[in-house]
Amino acid sequence: MKRFHVEVRVKPRPGLLDPEGKAIHHALDSLGYEGVAGVRVGKAIDLELEASGRNEAEARAREMCRKLLANPVTEDFELTVAEAPSEDAGSPSS
Amino acid sequence: MKVAVVTFPGSNCDHDCYRALKLLDGVEPHFRWHRDRELGEVQAVVLPGGFSYGDYLRAGAIARFSPIMDAVVAFAREGGLVVGICNGFQVLCEVGLLPGALLRNESLRFRSHEVHLRVETTRTPFTRRYRKGQVLRVPIAHGEGNYHAEPEVLAELEGTDRIVFRYVTPAGELSAEANPNGSAHHIAGIVNESRNVLGMMPHPERAVEEVLGSTDGLGLFQSMVDHLTAGATL
Repeated sequence: MKRFHVEVRVKPRPGLLDPEGKAIHHALDSLGYEGVAGVRVGKAIDLELEASGRNEAEARAREMCRKLLANPVTEDFELTVAEAPSEDAGSPSS
Repeated sequence: MKVAVVTFPGSNCDHDCYRALKLLDGVEPHFRWHRDRELGEVQAVVLPGGFSYGDYLRAGAIARFSPIMDAVVAFAREGGLVVGICNGFQVLCEVGLLPGALLRNESLRFRSHEVHLRVETTRTPFTRRYRKGQVLRVPIAHGEGNYHAEPEVLAELEGTDRIVFRYVTPAGELSAEANPNGSAHHIAGIVNESRNVLGMMPHPERAVEEVLGSTDGLGLFQSMVDHLTAGATL
């Protein structure tokens, strides 16, 4: 088994009202930041998964998103999968 | 008649619901814990308000996987009466017994005050004691009550007489100011297709005695009792 970092990003679906993003947009405006065309707020969820390979890790993470992590009525998700450094390789110490 | 009131970790209106049911002749409320796997011999189920599992991830998202929910879903699919109030409504949407979702209030504020609701249909087991168009005074207390659904879902709810309550002015008119959370079509409560599952954000159980400022919520629980005792068709 290998270990994988999966970063899940859950975002409000396009066109869906995002009052939190709107409030942050107003705050940025009032701080004088010009040219901010839009702000959307979602959430990031980091998973540490054990799986035989990258495909399995991704498939399992997608299933978790569909079942629990994202609400398909209001949210979209995307994810990135990276293999974690193996533990027996050790980390360089100084 | 026995009615189950489900307590999740973080429920805080379970005792209010219990007390409201207790006021009715012949009704015996029973608490069920979220870890229970069976509802027992009950004729109706109430999913109360609160902040189940701290509202983590999304309101109701984790409660829907509680062991008791399998029994609640099975009970609902067999035609049993289920009412979800506030957090209970959120749980019913998450578990798929009702369509749509409840988003953050448009104002971003937690709104805790009395609202006026218009009874849009009496063709449900929950509203037969009311008159169509009747305006009720009932409190709300929520941060995520902004009802959202796809346009075709909203059209279906409208077309099949499944919008049960809408937020209105004291005179019974629709207005943006009277909509406390930005809900689509001013929706405060809906029923499922077979009309035995109701979800609503306002708290009828907090409007059942004069001392609470309104008794307008009592009719909802009485309607359920009428329906179950008379067994009348909708």
